[in-house]
Amino acid sequence: MSKQRFDRSEIQKAPTGISGLDDITNGGLPLGRPTLVSGGPGSGKTLLGVSFLVNGAQQFAEPGVLMTFEENAEELAQDVRSLGYDLDALVAQKRLIVDYIHVDRSEIEETGEYDLEGLFVRLEHAIKQIGAKRVMLDTIETLFGGLKDTGVLRAELRRLFRWLRDREITAVVTAERGDQLFTRQGLEEYITDAVISLDHRVHEQISTRRIRVVKYRGSTHGTNEYPFLINHDGITVLPVTSLLLEHEASSERVSSGLPALDDMLGDKGYYRASTVLLSGTAGTGKTTLAAHFVDAACARGEKCLYFLFEESPQQMIRNMRSAGIHLQRWYDKGLLRFHADRPNRHGLETHLLEIHQAVEMFDPDIVVMDPVTNLMTVGTQTDVRAMLTRVIDYLKTRGVTALFTSLAASANSLEATEAMISSLMDTWVLLAINEENHKRNRWIYVLKSRGMPHSNDVRSYEIGDRGVSIQSPRSKSNGSKARKSR
Amino acid sequence: MSETFALKLYVAGKTPKAVRAFANLRKICDEHLEGRYDIEVIDLVENPQLGRGDQILALPTLVRHLPTPIKKIIGDLSNTERVLVGLDLRPRRPTK
Repeated sequence: MSKQRFDRSEIQKAPTGISGLDDITNGGLPLGRPTLVSGGPGSGKTLLGVSFLVNGAQQFAEPGVLMTFEENAEELAQDVRSLGYDLDALVAQKRLIVDYIHVDRSEIEETGEYDLEGLFVRLEHAIKQIGAKRVMLDTIETLFGGLKDTGVLRAELRRLFRWLRDREITAVVTAERGDQLFTRQGLEEYITDAVISLDHRVHEQISTRRIRVVKYRGSTHGTNEYPFLINHDGITVLPVTSLLLEHEASSERVSSGLPALDDMLGDKGYYRASTVLLSGTAGTGKTTLAAHFVDAACARGEKCLYFLFEESPQQMIRNMRSAGIHLQRWYDKGLLRFHADRPNRHGLETHLLEIHQAVEMFDPDIVVMDPVTNLMTVGTQTDVRAMLTRVIDYLKTRGVTALFTSLAASANSLEATEAMISSLMDTWVLLAINEENHKRNRWIYVLKSRGMPHSNDVRSYEIGDRGVSIQSPRSKSNGSKARKSR
Repeated sequence: MSETFALKLYVAGKTPKAVRAFANLRKICDEHLEGRYDIEVIDLVENPQLGRGDQILALPTLVRHLPTPIKKIIGDLSNTERVLVGLDLRPRRPTK
């Protein structure tokens, strides 16, 4: 009975500080216990462990010991530097100890009984020196290549993990993935508290890193494979489900590219780092309007990243040229970049990852997704909404102004179909067509625009060889009247 | 072969293995290196930081610092033949 009560309460966690990982593990690694991190070469297991130690020392006041058994100490230092971590500084502040143990079988003779007490003594010494709460062993399986007596080695490893538990050390033990097992030497037999598996796959020239919590005793955890990124900000596991509404709200304005539309948006245009939804039925000129926005931004010297989910960049540039908007020059100048992809080519997570990577690399001021509705075919409404929420959150944090075009199936469904994403948008501009007197008339109006006085006018517009031109309002009367009066 | 052997024996406390290793080492040295050896016993329980320099992992470990190159022998040194091979006092039997 007491066992049952124990099982029900979640065990205590040591946060990794790795964004996303703490979400899928419900708070971090099991506190005071070892976690096995397994993966192939280059899968990022060492960097994950180092991030755990560095974040522990910097953010959670938990000093750490890094004990590495790898041959090349310089390689580790280099990898770690690429993440922007300064291990030397942490060592100097006595918040980290790095100890190298390398065993070369060729220079060692074995005769008679021995144990690994030397490892225990050194580890204990390091832990005591700085009051370490975290330990990383990277990659302890290397010892199997250095020592002949695997029986002793296994017994000693078993003793080591028990020893770490007794001292309530939260440990990350990295291991090379084996053919059948998670580790070559079957370490999962000894470490049963938590097992995390890392994977690095290349599929159709796209490399994706993935992470999976295989096992987590006494805790709920996300069971999916999640993509993750390694860059100068460290490791980021997606999804970043924790949506912090903390980004700064800019009061700076950016032009929509059309003075008349700016006029409808409180005379100044969109807010910087806000989100804009341009929706309309087919042929309403959504892409043209987006192109005006991009053209104006590039003319100010800003960088634009344009995600195309329907057309090729060449096709889009040609079409816009016929509407009098010359984007090729911005492309040539390096201010405009395209990222064209078929939505159904991969799953939502991979799209999310690619969007992150592209934004990370180009560091744009403006991002356009055209049409964002194409992404909606990839997953369920809930999934797509969750993914877009993450994209938007990410872009806002970076101060990027984002414009999404949305294709509505019919005029009636204009406002309804987009209910799922419109709440994520700060500004929503609608484009519509109606037929009257054997003529198709185009209408534009601002449905909402947070934080600014905006026009209630429904104005007519045309698309010609100079792009979109919005007519000035006929009268001073309100929008709905103006619409009827025409 | 008249060079002096500088040997370090790493142990952690007076464990049976450590005591055995030291006794075995003394015996081998007296028989094969009389008057030209120097043994320093390093107890890592007292001086854990001394384990770093010679990359000590397994215990007991015997390190031959002189003559160079450095040689390491781990275990309680109960197999005299292998200790002699490890110290280069006996030619290594051709293997493979």
